[in-house]
Order: sequence, then structure tokens, then C-alpha cells
Amino acid sequence: MENMENKENITVEENQILPTEQVEENQNGKKEADDSIERNVRLMSPGRMVMRRFFRSKLSIVGLVMLVSLFLFCFLGPVCYTKWESNEIDYSNRVEYATTEIEFVDENGKTQVFYQVIETIKQPNAFAKPSLEHPLGTDGQGWDNLARLMEGGKVSLAISFITVFIITILGIIFGGIAGYFGGAVDNIIMRLCDILMCLPGFPILLVVGTLLESMGIASQFRIYYLMGFLSLISWPGVARLVRGQILSLREQEYMVAAEAMGYSTIRKIFKHLIPNVMPQLIVNMTLSLGSMILYEASLSFLGLGATAEFAAWGTMINSANDLNVLQNYFNVWGPPGICIIIAVLGFNFIGDGLRDALDPKARR
Amino acid sequence: MIKYILKRLGLTVLILLGVSLIIYVLIRLMPVDFIEKKIAEMNQGGATIDQATIDNMKAMYGLTDDTFLGVLKGYWSWLTKLVQFDFGTSFKYGIPVIDVIKDSMGISFAVALLATIFEFMIAIPLGITAATHQYSIRDYVVTVLVMIGISLPSFFFGQVLKDLFAMKLGWFPNSGLTDATKDLTGFAKLMDYAWHMFVPVLTVVILSIGGRMRMTRTEMLEVMNSDYIRTARAKGLSERKVIYKHAFRNTLIPLVTSLAGLLPSLFSGAIITEQIFDLPGIGNLAFQAMDAGDIPFIMGYNMFLALLSVMGVLLADLMYAVVDPRVKLTD
Repeated sequence: MENMENKENITVEENQILPTEQVEENQNGKKEADDSIERNVRLMSPGRMVMRRFFRSKLSIVGLVMLVSLFLFCFLGPVCYTKWESNEIDYSNRVEYATTEIEFVDENGKTQVFYQVIETIKQPNAFAKPSLEHPLGTDGQGWDNLARLMEGGKVSLAISFITVFIITILGIIFGGIAGYFGGAVDNIIMRLCDILMCLPGFPILLVVGTLLESMGIASQFRIYYLMGFLSLISWPGVARLVRGQILSLREQEYMVAAEAMGYSTIRKIFKHLIPNVMPQLIVNMTLSLGSMILYEASLSFLGLGATAEFAAWGTMINSANDLNVLQNYFNVWGPPGICIIIAVLGFNFIGDGLRDALDPKARR
Repeated sequence: MIKYILKRLGLTVLILLGVSLIIYVLIRLMPVDFIEKKIAEMNQGGATIDQATIDNMKAMYGLTDDTFLGVLKGYWSWLTKLVQFDFGTSFKYGIPVIDVIKDSMGISFAVALLATIFEFMIAIPLGITAATHQYSIRDYVVTVLVMIGISLPSFFFGQVLKDLFAMKLGWFPNSGLTDATKDLTGFAKLMDYAWHMFVPVLTVVILSIGGRMRMTRTEMLEVMNSDYIRTARAKGLSERKVIYKHAFRNTLIPLVTSLAGLLPSLFSGAIITEQIFDLPGIGNLAFQAMDAGDIPFIMGYNMFLALLSVMGVLLADLMYAVVDPRVKLTD
């Protein structure tokens, strides 16, 4: 099978090393010996080939659809659905009227009757069933679930993007320096990586959570600090990837050429080496976006992030720790869980699809 | 080999020093009055921490002296205690930290061990079928299911299983490790433990199966594409023999290596799962202690975890050389 494929792979003109892909069928239906190359072969840029391979996989398309709809839901949703704010308590149908009759005799001897009407707002409209007013019902505090779902999603998605971005930048810088210079610099950076990789991730974040509390940082910002700290300790994975690639790349001939051209070190690292690591980095980033969403949600679930007032997916699921909520109000804790699954699954599908599409050895 | 191990052990010490420094700095950044407030809260909650213990703790971590030299001295005094395996006394539980860890480790270990056994038993066959039937419907179904497994948030999935098995179906208890109403002994007690642990173990297995299965599939595919498999087929061996005798045995190398790396982490406990099912394992105790601001426990537990993960890396490397005779540990 494989040999057949290799035989059919025809390289285009002598000097061009452009990737080629065979047109499935000959238009004429018969093969001609001479100029068949021109007709059988279509030139494709590497980018197009990657796109083509990416979209050929059904799973990547499913992942893309899932993520796009989730993004629209979280970022466009609040624009369309303005009935409730995410932290607006619904007091609407819990108004009580208490009427008392007061009778007294005035100085003329007549009996006067007063009616005193007391309007009391007794309780928020908690645990409302899904209805037109609240499509996903309300939770224990009378907050609208749908509005909270969108608000929480916005924060989750934004945070995971920022975190992954910082991790990648730090990883590129440290990994690039370690891989390019080698020797003592490499040794120091790699030992630092070893130390950071042995830090117990979750418990350390719990400590940092307590630390933030002790410093009196407002609860709605804590999750940003926490994820910032997480990115400060999780770059070694990326750094190792970048370093490993650069170690092999720097021995290649085009780097000798770059050396001969007298380029500066910065230019050699960031313009000639890093772009060649990009494919793996992109896959890595996509996959870690999913895990960052999980991290963020777990932290909120444990109550390290914002207080309940500020919506987050993890906090919403946390309410299911109450057995009453767990048993009877799936509409409170179910949707955020499903949203998390959609987000993580979407990133994983796309990451997997990208990995296959960017793999130069891939045959399909 | 011996030289390699010695060098690695030296590196381990260095890593642990680095980790301890980070943990110490994090704890030192907390204002002292915050710690005192937390202790007061704990005392209100029923704990009995007297002034002598507090002073003792402050002296041990050097909390009273805020100069640079004082911080260094505090770190040093904590470190010297640490190498003697004296983690201090937990405020929340009132007994030495090391005893708290020892007592609660067993439950976490039982859950993790059972989960790991089932994980390997299910994931490896799945991975092999997916690899041998690459791009077939079977491969896609397994891959998609596994991807869903990876993407499930543990806290959500744990709640779903709890809702389903404990509340809706009522087959399993919803939390805890024993039935307090019954006084069981011997085998019946063991069965009661198993009955309580079923849903937590199921949760962990489903969540972790995906990664293992993907690993098996990738490794298997790599092996199946190598020359000696073609040779084996060319010799006319049955497909069964090719897969299980020639391919699978080579796939085992990374699997066994990862198992060795996993060994220490079996003791570390699962914070979220244990919390959802209210198991008195080390993860749950640690979370409660951290929530309460129990400094000695926090520091001790984090060092314990760092020690476990360092050992995991070391074991995995050594195992690699043991399992694969081609690998020689030099350097």
C-alpha cells in the first residue's frame, strides 16, 4: 500500500520543492506519458495542504462548530438576552400583600375604618423552574441561570486564552534561550523547569488562594491572580518542547546560512528557529486551552475564585454540593457542566485535528 | 548505572530544595495577623491551640523576624526540621502532620490503586483494537468516547454519577466510607468499604482511561509501522501472534515505565473526587486544612507531594532502563 503511494508521488519541476498533492482523477480519463505531470499534479501551498487535511477530518469540523457556537453563545448571547443581568436577583413574583383593618372611633363619635396594605417582598424567586421568563430557571439566590451561564463562559474563555498565551510566551523565551545557547544557561533553565514541574499544582494554587485572601484582594479578581500564578509555574512544558526542537534545528544547514549572513542572535532565534517550532506549539496551545478551562472551573468549584455573586461555571456546579440541589435542580448545575464539556471537547478535537494536519509524516 | 542513580539523587535533593524555598516564600508572604486570625477562627470552631503552640510555630518558621536574615533563619530552621521528618503539629487535627498523612493515606491509596488497575485493564485492550483497526468505525467510536472522557470535568462528572447511582437509583451510598449505623467486622466491613468506594473509583477510572488509551494507541501504531512487524508478517506468522507477541510486547515498554512513574502519585490523593464523595482521604483532609489556614499541614503536605512527584520521575527513568535492555543509563 505505502509503496504504491510513494511511487505515485511525483515531484514537480527540478528546483521547486513545493509540496504536491495528486488530483484524484485524471480529467481525460487516460494517462499520457509525456506531459501528464502538468495535468496530474496541482501545486498547493503548505498552508492550504494543512487546511485541507484539517477539514477532511470530521472530528475537527465538529470541534470547530462546537467552539464557534459556544463563543457566539457567551459573547453574543448577553447582547441579545438582556432580560436579566447575571447578578440581578429576581424578586418579581414573590410580593406579598398583607391587609389589616383598623377601626377606631373619632371625636365625632363616628366609626372610621382604615385598611392598611403592607406590601412585602418576601423572598427572591429562588429555584424557579425553566419558563419563558427564565429559560433555564433560577438558582438558590434567585439569579437567572442563563445570564450567569453566559457571563461565566465569557470569563472562563477569556481567562484560558490569556493564560495559555502567557505560558506559551514564557515557554518560547526560556526554551529558545536554553536550546540556542546550551551549556550552563541551558542547565540552569532546565533545573528550574525540573523544580517547577515538581511543584504540586493544585495544592500550591490553594495556598496562593489563601495568600490572596490574606492580602485582601477582592474576590472577583482572585481568579485572575490565580491563573496568572498558574501560568508562571506551568511554562516548563512548553519550554522543553521548544528547547528540544531547537536543539535539532540549530544543527541544520539553513542555520549555518543564517550564521554566515551575520544575523543577530535574537533574529536567529525568533525569526529562524521559533517559526519552525510553531506547528507543535499551536497544537500544544489548543490542547492546553481545554485543560486551562478545566483548571479555572475546578478552582472556582473549590471556591477559590469569585464569590457566588460573580458568575463562573465552577461556582455554579459547586451549588450541587447541596444534596437538595443535586437531586432536584439539574437546571442549576447541569448546563455549566455541559458547557465546560463542550468547550474542552471542542479544543481537544481541534487540537487533535491540527496535530494530524500539521504532521509532515501524515499520509491521509 | 550506580553513578547515574547517584547523580539523579543529587538532582532530586536540589529539586526538593527549590520546591521548599517556593513553598516557604509563599507562606511567608502571608501577614502574621492573618495567620493569628485563622488560628482564632479554628479555636472558635472547637480546636484547642494554646499560645505556647502558636509561639512554637512562629519560632519554627521564623515568623516573628521580618528582616532578610530572619527569613533566612526561619527557612533554615524549618528545613532542618524537615530533613528529620518533623513536619510540625497540625492545628486543625491536633496531631503531628506526619501522622495525619499516614492515617489518611491508606484510603486515598486504595481508591487510586483500584482505579489504576481498572484503568490499565480497560484502556490497554481498547487502545490495541483502536490501533489495529486504524481509521475503522471502531477506532473512531473508541477515540470519540475517550476524548469525551478526557474532557469531563471531575467535579461535574462526579456529581452526575453521584446523582445517578446514589440518589436516583439508590444503589450506592452518596458519601463517606463506612455505614455509621452498622457495626461491621471482618469481611463484611471490607465489603462495606468496597460498596462505598465503587462510585468514586468509577469516576476516577472513566476520567483517566482516555489518556492511557490514547497512549497505548499511539505507541501501538508506531510499533505496527516498524520494519520488524513487516518481517514478522512476511515470515507468515498469524496476525494474532504478530500483534500480541511482537507488537504489544514493545508497546509495553512505555506503559510499564509510566506505571512506575505513577506509583508514588497513588498516595497523593484526589482533592476533588474525595471532596465530592466525602471520603476521609488525604486530599480531602488537605483541602479542609488549607481552607482553615493550617500552616504546618499545608507546608508538610506540599513537601510530601513534591517528594512523591520527584520519586515518580526517578522511578520512571530507572524503570525505562530495566524494561528496555537497549537503554543504557550513562552520564
